[in-house]
Parts: sequence; structure tokens; C-alpha cells
Amino acid sequence: MVGTKVEEPTQMTSEATVVPPRLEVAEDRRGGDEDFDSLPSQISVRGLDFFYGKEQALFSNDIEIKQNRVTAVIGPSGCGKSTHIRTYNRIFNLYRDQRAKGEIMMDGENILSSQTDLLDLRRRVGMIFQKPSPFPMTVFDNVAYGLRQHYKLSRSELSDRVEHALKRSAIWDEVKNKLSEPGNALSGGQQQRLCIARAIAAEPEVLLMDEPCSAIDPVATAKIEELVLDLKSRYTIVLVTHNMQQAARVSDYTAFFFQGYIVEFGPTTQIFSNPAQKQTEEYITGRFG
Amino acid sequence: MSAVAQTESALPMRRRSVTRRKAVDLLIKVLSWIGAWFGIAVMAFIVWEVVVRGAAALNWDFFTKSTPQDFTASAGAGMANAIVGTLVITGFAAAIGIPIGFLAGVYLAEFGRNGRLATSVRMIANVVMGVPSIIVGVFAFAIMVRPVGHYSGIAGAVALAFIMLPVMARTTEDILNLVPNELRESALAMGVPRWKVTLGVICKAARGGLITGATLAIVRVAGETAPLLFTALSSPYWLTGLFGPGGFFGGPTANLTKTIYDFAGSPYPYLQELAWGGALVIIIAVLGMNVLVRLVFQRGKKW
Repeated sequence: MVGTKVEEPTQMTSEATVVPPRLEVAEDRRGGDEDFDSLPSQISVRGLDFFYGKEQALFSNDIEIKQNRVTAVIGPSGCGKSTHIRTYNRIFNLYRDQRAKGEIMMDGENILSSQTDLLDLRRRVGMIFQKPSPFPMTVFDNVAYGLRQHYKLSRSELSDRVEHALKRSAIWDEVKNKLSEPGNALSGGQQQRLCIARAIAAEPEVLLMDEPCSAIDPVATAKIEELVLDLKSRYTIVLVTHNMQQAARVSDYTAFFFQGYIVEFGPTTQIFSNPAQKQTEEYITGRFG
Repeated sequence: MSAVAQTESALPMRRRSVTRRKAVDLLIKVLSWIGAWFGIAVMAFIVWEVVVRGAAALNWDFFTKSTPQDFTASAGAGMANAIVGTLVITGFAAAIGIPIGFLAGVYLAEFGRNGRLATSVRMIANVVMGVPSIIVGVFAFAIMVRPVGHYSGIAGAVALAFIMLPVMARTTEDILNLVPNELRESALAMGVPRWKVTLGVICKAARGGLITGATLAIVRVAGETAPLLFTALSSPYWLTGLFGPGGFFGGPTANLTKTIYDFAGSPYPYLQELAWGGALVIIIAVLGMNVLVRLVFQRGKKW
């Protein structure tokens, strides 16, 4: 995440001559038309700095993640995209030398405070990782894992919830006869949707997706993108992606990260059709990154 | 940067001989082939010799009767008391060494990581693994035999547990480190506390390897003789229970390795025959456990 320095984009402008066509942004993206400030924020980040040991990876990041919207996080490798969203559920606390400073407000509390209950925070903020990682247990138990942890449920309630989560993750039909088979007997794309089911089963408010499609095939990717559009009615989604078409297809708002700074943040329609910053334009038109 | 690279690539380069490299390749291949077969041949020779000589000693009496109290006997005795003793000593050693070693390994891999305590524990474990087992025997003698004034089976078990401890800790650590970090992160991201993630997900994912590690730690000590010399000693009698002079905690306890050591060095052919039989039993047990473990591990891999 750190250390990969991208060449200064300013040096590259003179060399690039061919400008590729702009990406199509789907018509129904709401980002462009709605009043950003009047929408409720799920997460408000102010002055977020992040350090790997002594090396600083994020520099005073400010961003508003809007409720029930998909916010895409794009940028070249090593720009801090993953580092940024890994602060929202404080998963970075697993590593001793990683540290975040600043403010991440959620439900009126700064989640970076030492008073934050990490177990409850992670119930509210679910996460999907790059590599599908089913737990070493059955399909059913994978989905029931978080439910059992956070809620007292009767047996029938539990299986109802598991079924519901699998249906919402568009995988029920494929696994309904395999519920007692090991989770990693499924295909890669199915495993990733199983992980989504596992994350949404515990009813989080926010779903962080860290390049969820980078390890799976295009057909499975399409299914997951469809799922993201469907899930946003219920959850706030933050999607890190390397794939700019994906960002254009599914997100309402887009943040462009570069070398630890949020260079530009705005409605996806605007970022992809009329970026305010030169660096953003160069990145989305494929001149670097 | 490009200017320098260009001048260098413009220079003509002399080719290196291919024949020489091929010859060295062949030489290394032949040497490693010889090395591999040498190892297998020695192993096969030992097993063959033990099987041929030991098989003659194995009969019903061998597994049901105790070692002869009259050294000049020529029939009607066995090794049953020593087999039982070895099983009990090794069982107690495993019951002490495996849980503690496992927990220490979990600490090293999951909690301590590169902290100061973990680093020193890891270093000490590595050093202790290299300590000659006879030293461990003397150590157990000092803490378990001297204070109470008599030898005992439990002293032997403690000595063996002491040998298992670092082996189990380091194996556990290595195996847990093989579990991909994504699994750890995604389980923690569910809002599950660390200990539950460690036991319910990480150790479960690694359970094939953990079972293998534990079994190999047992196999490692099952054939030890030196740590028992000053601790369990040996006995021509059956264990009479846990306590009392004939018991596991109360007095010398018969065991296979020390009995083999005594009988093999004796001038009586019948005792020597029993020693060969004992050696065969140990070899079969150790090989058998190795094979069993591999089967279990193959099955465990699916998860």
C-alpha cells in the first residue's frame, strides 16, 4: 500500500497525445442531480492522517459518505484507497505499527476514539475483501457466524435470516442444496457472494468493499455489480475499485485518491465527464495509473 | 538512465559455454540422487534388520507378560509392562506438553508476533529444542526426583513434556502463520473478538496441520531413552496404579526404551531377543503414527 510512488502526472502531460474516449456514465446515477449537502451523511471524515510506522500514507483526508449511496474510491496503486477505507472499521488495529489520526464521525461519535467498541463498530460496518475468504465451515455456518455473534436467535429465526441474506446476495438458488457443504467448495465468484451474504446477515449500516471483483471472472463481476446497485437501498456502500468502468457503472459519488490525498470528490457524473482537477482527468482518461 | 543502458547494450557480449553448465547440472543431479538413495538405504537397512530379528520375539507372551525378573529365563516372559509404561508416560507427557505448547504457539503467532516477549520466547524455544535430551533428563531429575527422593514415571513424563513443549510451540506458530491474513481480517471484520476468531476460524482452518504437529511431537519423544535414565528409570513390575511404591507417581516405571537399552546390553540371548522385539514395536508405532498423521492431514486439507 505504501511506498509505490507513481510518477508525477505533471511530467507526463506533454508526452500523452492520444486522448481516449470518455467513459459512459449510466443515466440513472443520482449523484449529479441531487443536493449533496442536504443528503444525510453516514460517515464524515475530517483531517484523517494515517501512518504505517513512521511513514505517512494518508494526508488530511476529508470526505462525506452519504447514506444509501454508493461511493467509489478510485486511484492508482499505492494511493491509499484501501488504507482509507480500512479506517472505517478500524481493521488496521490488527497491526501494531499502524495508526490513524483525525476524525471519522459516525452516528455522532468519532470512531477513532479509544472509547469506541470495536466489536460493535464492526457489526455496524461490514467489509468485503479482495480475496474471497470463506471461513472453514459450512455455507450455512459461514452466514450464521456473525448473526450468532451479535444476536440471540432461535434456530428457525437463524435459518430464516441466513436464507434471507443468501437471497439478497443473489446466491441462494446456487447454494440452497449445498448449505451443509464447506464454504470453500464453492467457485470463486460464489465465495465472494457468500462473503457478502455473511457481511449483510448481521445487518450492518455500511458495507466496505475493497476491490471485491479483482479476483473473480467477468460474469461473477457483473453479478456483484448488480448486487451493489440492489443493496444500496438498504446499506451505505463504499467501493474501492481499480476498474474505472466499474466505478462509473455503479457509484453515485466518486473520490479520486492520489499519493495519500483526496484530489477530487464529487458526483460520479461530474468526475467522469467534467473533472475539476487535471490529475483526475489524466487518471480517468488512462494517461497514468 | 536510458542513456547508460543504451551504451552498455551496444557492446558485444561473449557467450558462456553451454556444455559446462550442462555438465554441472548433471553432476548435481547425480549427487543428489546418490544422497537420496543413501538415506533411504540406511533407513531400509535398519528397518529390515529390526523386522527380521524382532519378529521372532513377537508372540502372545510378548504382549501379555511382564519382563523377566530372573535374567536367566529363556521363555515365558514379555514386554507388556514396559509397553504399558511407555504408553502411560508418553500419554502424560502429551497431556502436559501439548496444551501448553499449543497455547504458547498461539501466543507467538497471534498475539505476541514481533513484540519483545514473543521474540525472546521464540529464541528460547529454538535454543531449548537443541538441548541434548540427556540434559533435560538431568534437569527433570533435579526438580522431580531429588526433592521427593525416589524415581517416578511422572518425572519421566515431565522430562518428555519439556522436550515436546518448544517443538509444539514452534510448529503451532509456523502452522498458524500459514493461515492467510485475509481470513484473520475478514473474521475480525465481522465484529468477533480475537480469541473466538483464533480458536473458531484460524485454528479450525489450520487443524489438519495442528493435529500433525501434535502427533509428530508425540512421535518425537516416544522413542527417547536418555530423559528416562534418571527419571522413570525402569522396573520389572507392572504399574500398580497412580500412587504408592509401584505407582506412576510413586516409583520407577517400566518403559520400552530403557528396557531395550538394558536388555540389549545384557549377555543373555533371551533378553536380547526381547530387546529386538521391543525395538520392532517402537518402530512400527512411530512409523504407523507418521503414516496415520499424513492420512489425517490429507483429509484435513480440504477445509
